Amino acid sequence: MLSRTADHLFWMSRYTERAENTARLLDVNYQTSLLPQSTDDVQTGWRGLLSISELQPAYAARYGESITAKDVMDFMVRDEKNPSSIVSCLKNARENARAVRGTLTTEVWETQNQTYLEVIRMLRSGDFERDPGKFFEWVKFRSHLSRGVTSGTMLQDEAYHFLRVGTFLERADNTARLVDVKFHAIQSDFPNVAGEEEQEHDFYHWSAILRSVSAFEVYRKVYRDVIKPERVAELLILRPDMPRSLLACLNELIINLSMVTSDPLSETQRRAGKLRSDLQYARIDEILSAGLHAFLMQFLDRVNELGAHISREFLVPVTR
Amino acid sequence: MFDEMNATPASVRQHYQGYQRWLALQPADVMQARRAEAEMIFRRVGITFAVYGDKDEDGSGSERLIPFDLIPRIIPAHEWSTMEKGLIQRVTALNRFIHDVYHEQDIIKAGLIPSEQIFQNAQFRPEMIGVNVPGNIYSHISGIDIVRAPNAQGEGEYYVLEDNLRVPSGVSYMLEDRKMMMRLFPELFSQNRVAPVEHYPDLLLETLRAMAPPATAAPTVVVLTPGMHNSAYFEHAFLAQQMGVELVEGLDLFVKDNFVYMRTTRGPKRVDVIYRRVDDDFLDPLAFRPNSTLGCAGLLNVYRSGNVSICNAIGTGVADDKSIYPYVPKMIEFYLGEKPILKNVPTFMCRNPDDLKYTLANLKDLVVKEVHGAGGYGMLVGPAATQAEIEDFRRALLANPSGYIAQPTLSLSTCPTYVESGVAPRHIDLRPFVLSGKEVQMVPGGLTRVALKDGSLVVNSSQGGGTKDTWILETDATSFTPPQGQSQSQSQSSAQAQAQAQGV
Repeated sequence: MLSRTADHLFWMSRYTERAENTARLLDVNYQTSLLPQSTDDVQTGWRGLLSISELQPAYAARYGESITAKDVMDFMVRDEKNPSSIVSCLKNARENARAVRGTLTTEVWETQNQTYLEVIRMLRSGDFERDPGKFFEWVKFRSHLSRGVTSGTMLQDEAYHFLRVGTFLERADNTARLVDVKFHAIQSDFPNVAGEEEQEHDFYHWSAILRSVSAFEVYRKVYRDVIKPERVAELLILRPDMPRSLLACLNELIINLSMVTSDPLSETQRRAGKLRSDLQYARIDEILSAGLHAFLMQFLDRVNELGAHISREFLVPVTR
Repeated sequence: MFDEMNATPASVRQHYQGYQRWLALQPADVMQARRAEAEMIFRRVGITFAVYGDKDEDGSGSERLIPFDLIPRIIPAHEWSTMEKGLIQRVTALNRFIHDVYHEQDIIKAGLIPSEQIFQNAQFRPEMIGVNVPGNIYSHISGIDIVRAPNAQGEGEYYVLEDNLRVPSGVSYMLEDRKMMMRLFPELFSQNRVAPVEHYPDLLLETLRAMAPPATAAPTVVVLTPGMHNSAYFEHAFLAQQMGVELVEGLDLFVKDNFVYMRTTRGPKRVDVIYRRVDDDFLDPLAFRPNSTLGCAGLLNVYRSGNVSICNAIGTGVADDKSIYPYVPKMIEFYLGEKPILKNVPTFMCRNPDDLKYTLANLKDLVVKEVHGAGGYGMLVGPAATQAEIEDFRRALLANPSGYIAQPTLSLSTCPTYVESGVAPRHIDLRPFVLSGKEVQMVPGGLTRVALKDGSLVVNSSQGGGTKDTWILETDATSFTPPQGQSQSQSQSSAQAQAQAQGV
């Protein structure tokens, strides 16, 4: 397969996944902001959302220092100057798909194209403002559809595997950021010794994290217990059967990378394998005692480097 | 005025009668809904083209749909069989001519075409002299534009308007238009024997593979596109996908040890046949435009060594130039010893003083074209032009007479077409796509383009033209059996619906 083609496929699925995760995050924040709470808490929530994507400076440049729900949502949903906004992600996904539409099945291309045309329509017609929750739901389902139509119609050749590599690399990154910012936002250290009122407050935050990755019911099913922070962290970082956990993403990444490589001993493979085994044999109490934030920051760095190696090995090779 | 469907306002030509009976039964609102459905599907599928220098309302894109008309252009079997023979003859002669130009130059020696007409032509490529290409074929994909106009007896007569031998486009619309018609009106296809066109990509791949350098067992074919911002990008991607070959851009290719390779995720892979949709000028920055990034440095040398095939060949433009067009009938006689089957439009070559004089005296009745122009740019349609436009052209003509040709304004045939006010006649043309490989072949029909503006003769999509499905009948008539029973009440309600639509 052409390196350029692989590059477009990789980015097409990354942008789709990023749009989905942004929608998840905004949705949860939006729902949480409807709960009775102080203005400070609401502000903290939206500020955290900006810092998760490292977008605070860009936001401040466009909207100033004051952080309001409407501005943040506009910035993250419809601002085409923000490369991480949902509309930018969907546009980039579509442009990447367009560049390689011959490699995609008709259904995959049409899904990408229609998603973009539809998001433009929804933003212009005011559908988003009328019901943000419905809009976020729609973005999530378009992403589900995109993955479904990909695995339901595409030949399982290199093109398919590069699409999957993009999806799971992006998801690993996004989940890590989400866990980090949410644990950060709560600002309570482990073990939790807070009073009753705070515990109740925390409950909503923990369940918000879980719901943002569609894991609320999963948690109940797996632990059959009240929601405890360390278990939330374990679920989202170490459970191999939780589809958005870091370990699950790394497992999928490695399977798909091994299908496209011609050199099983390459640096890309080595780094991916090492990162996976670090998760596979880790325990949540060790991670927490050494500091969750530090752990996640290091994880993000390593995912980032892995992306750079994938790019160098497959996508943008230097002239040979 | 010659209309493809209506012989007179009261009588319908035989090959349209069945269709016309069917059309009369269709309620206006149903046809309106079908139009909307077609537009929605085309947009979702992304069958768009980019208009150069144009912006959307939000200023971000410039993608437009080519309007698709629901009423097909129908050609009966006997007309097509003559046209097909004529096309094979014409393209065969054109290929012989290009080979001759770059080798023996017999046609010049025989005095049939003045040598400066060829050697001073900007499309003549001295780099190609003496280069042997597989099968001596240069124009593998030829788009021959055909129009119909009434002759002295008022009968419709086909004329070749121009030959497109460089990178003719539009075949994807031919295929998508058919797919759309079959989706919208399956019943029409079950009642009529319309010749299929869907196998075009197979014929194209067969043609391209046949052109591979000798001794290539399983040739690797690629489509070379200028990229997704090119106006015909949809078609490039479509054809690559339909043939199952890679769609490459210039930066994906490189030359090493006198072979062409593409960069892949598993290292370099050799390329044997390039179906290029990039003009000669941009193919190789070392040989042609040095600042082009659309091609591949060193490509020409590999090509000249016979290690890669390029389709269409470099230098075909010397034969499709408007200044060469008037000589094509002579070429057919010279190379094939046959009488031309397809007519040329009478053409005045402004390089000849007599022709120039006549042209200047009759500007308001003539169509004047730049010899190197394409896409409907750089032409004057006398009867439709303002006095100021005519004067501008007169100055341009006088400044550079040999840059222009003139032709009588043909009254292009019309075909009923949906327009805002209902159904009205609009001018059309036809572009069949002729493939030359081991043999010369084509799928029946081609792309019918329609000028949607009332009275306009310019069918180019860049100038507001639309397209129609083109039916080549395997018989000489269309048939239609009105549905029985329940559907009779349908036709009653259709009469009602029409009455409502007309505000009765």
